[in-house]
Amino acid sequence: MIQAFAFYLFAAVVILSGALTVLSRNPVHSVLWLILAFFNAAGLMVLVGAEFIAMLLVIVYVGAVAVLFLFVVMMLDIDFAELRSGFVRYGFFGLLIALVLAGELIVAGGAWSAGSLELSQRAAPASGDLQNIEAMGALIYSKYLYIFEAAGLVLLVAMIGAIVLTHRERKDVRPQNISDQVKRRPEDAVRNVDQPVGQGVEL
Amino acid sequence: MTEWFQSTWMGPALGWFVSTTILILMIALPLMLAVAMIIYADRKIWAAMALRRGPNVVGPLGLLQSFADGLKVMLQETIIPSAANRGLFLLAPIITFTVALIVWAVIPFGDGMVLADINVGLLYLLAASSLGVYGVIISGWASNSKYPFYSALRAAAQMVSYEVSIGFVLISVVLWADSFNLSTIVLAQKAHVFGFLNGFGFNPLLFPMAVVFLISALAETARAPFDLTEAESELVAGYQTEYSSMSFALFWLGEYANVLLMCALNAILFWGGWLPPVDWAPLYAVPGIIWFFSKILIFFFVFSWIKATVPRYRYDQLMRLGWKIFLPISLIWVFLVSGYLMLTRYGA
Repeated sequence: MIQAFAFYLFAAVVILSGALTVLSRNPVHSVLWLILAFFNAAGLMVLVGAEFIAMLLVIVYVGAVAVLFLFVVMMLDIDFAELRSGFVRYGFFGLLIALVLAGELIVAGGAWSAGSLELSQRAAPASGDLQNIEAMGALIYSKYLYIFEAAGLVLLVAMIGAIVLTHRERKDVRPQNISDQVKRRPEDAVRNVDQPVGQGVEL
Repeated sequence: MTEWFQSTWMGPALGWFVSTTILILMIALPLMLAVAMIIYADRKIWAAMALRRGPNVVGPLGLLQSFADGLKVMLQETIIPSAANRGLFLLAPIITFTVALIVWAVIPFGDGMVLADINVGLLYLLAASSLGVYGVIISGWASNSKYPFYSALRAAAQMVSYEVSIGFVLISVVLWADSFNLSTIVLAQKAHVFGFLNGFGFNPLLFPMAVVFLISALAETARAPFDLTEAESELVAGYQTEYSSMSFALFWLGEYANVLLMCALNAILFWGGWLPPVDWAPLYAVPGIIWFFSKILIFFFVFSWIKATVPRYRYDQLMRLGWKIFLPISLIWVFLVSGYLMLTRYGA
């Protein structure tokens, strides 16, 4: 009973916060609703026994991606009148995307119910008493090794690309070089001079 | 205990609910008491290092100081700035406090003394601690004031940066322990080095990781010298500036509960958790929970000690330390640890 209750709770909150993500006027509130949706989706993952995916969802999406989202959105200068004025212009594309998504959902649902896989296999990705992480690791690092490494390479290229595109070297500032500072000895910096009175020190 | 409750008239469902609630209270209430006392200890240690007396008026030796502070805070008026975003303003301290409490669910206090003995305990900890940053960000934004906002941006960048190196440190520990379960990680440290030292920290290959973790823990909890989020000389009190009374107290309690958690994690991941430091039979006569608490207290002393002695970092230095020093070191160490394990444990 408690499982059914938990499922309906999580599912309802996901749908509700998903809707509120779109409906709320303030972009910051939108992102916060999105975070709530992520979090409850993780709860659903726990219910189907995919605790590893659930934790990754929270760590990666809630803990990192959404923080950066919030970061950007909080810096925005929000003008509510301007936000609403673009509705008609973007409404058509929004509707188009919604239609495509709905169509894909229907196709996915149809494929799911017509699929040849046994129902038990669909529900239980891990076989036997193999743990979630072990099952995934065994699959990723053996069967899908090349695809997995290719994905890693794509991410690496994207990361380096982002750094190259945004990196700029400024010539007009003098950045602190900590290793230079640590390497500096008193002999390099201090000079003891026995100077006669009345004469300046030569620098 | 769960079985006992389930065997009474309550039946399996209600019995489980009642016993779990009692267990949660058995962790949360002593934790709050510990936080109150640890705040006192922090002030005393800090005072002693500055050759002051510290709190010494309320109760014997000032022991009741934290409770007096708590009472004072409870009797104050909650002020919500008129320009603040009311709902989020009040939500932020609740998030910080709740997240600081829920992480304790997976901490093993002794052999089998753990509320939720889940497979992915360490990932749960990472997930919950990554939620903690929201309390700070939301409070900074909802206050609608420049200093809290600045502090919130700093906090977000700082926590995300240091979580990266913490993640790599955890991976090297997980590789060695072969599990994400915290109890299994502790048990894997039994007689780990030379057959009698309990703790990954005694392992020369993992000791640098222990140091990186300790320093990253300071940054993650925004303790000195990385307390840039509430750098009083620049940002008044950081994200807490607009808060008063209980909403302020929740931030405070959550912050110290997080510090205790990081001390506990240091003990669990590198210094053998509830195991005695040396694998010698008479030492096991002392209950494991006492070993665990004494390790937490030692680490808390280290935290206070650092707070009392080390000057605050500048923000660019903090980022440099996180990204240019800790990240490469921990990345290389993951490589070294996994290479060593491939060679010795799994055969090349």
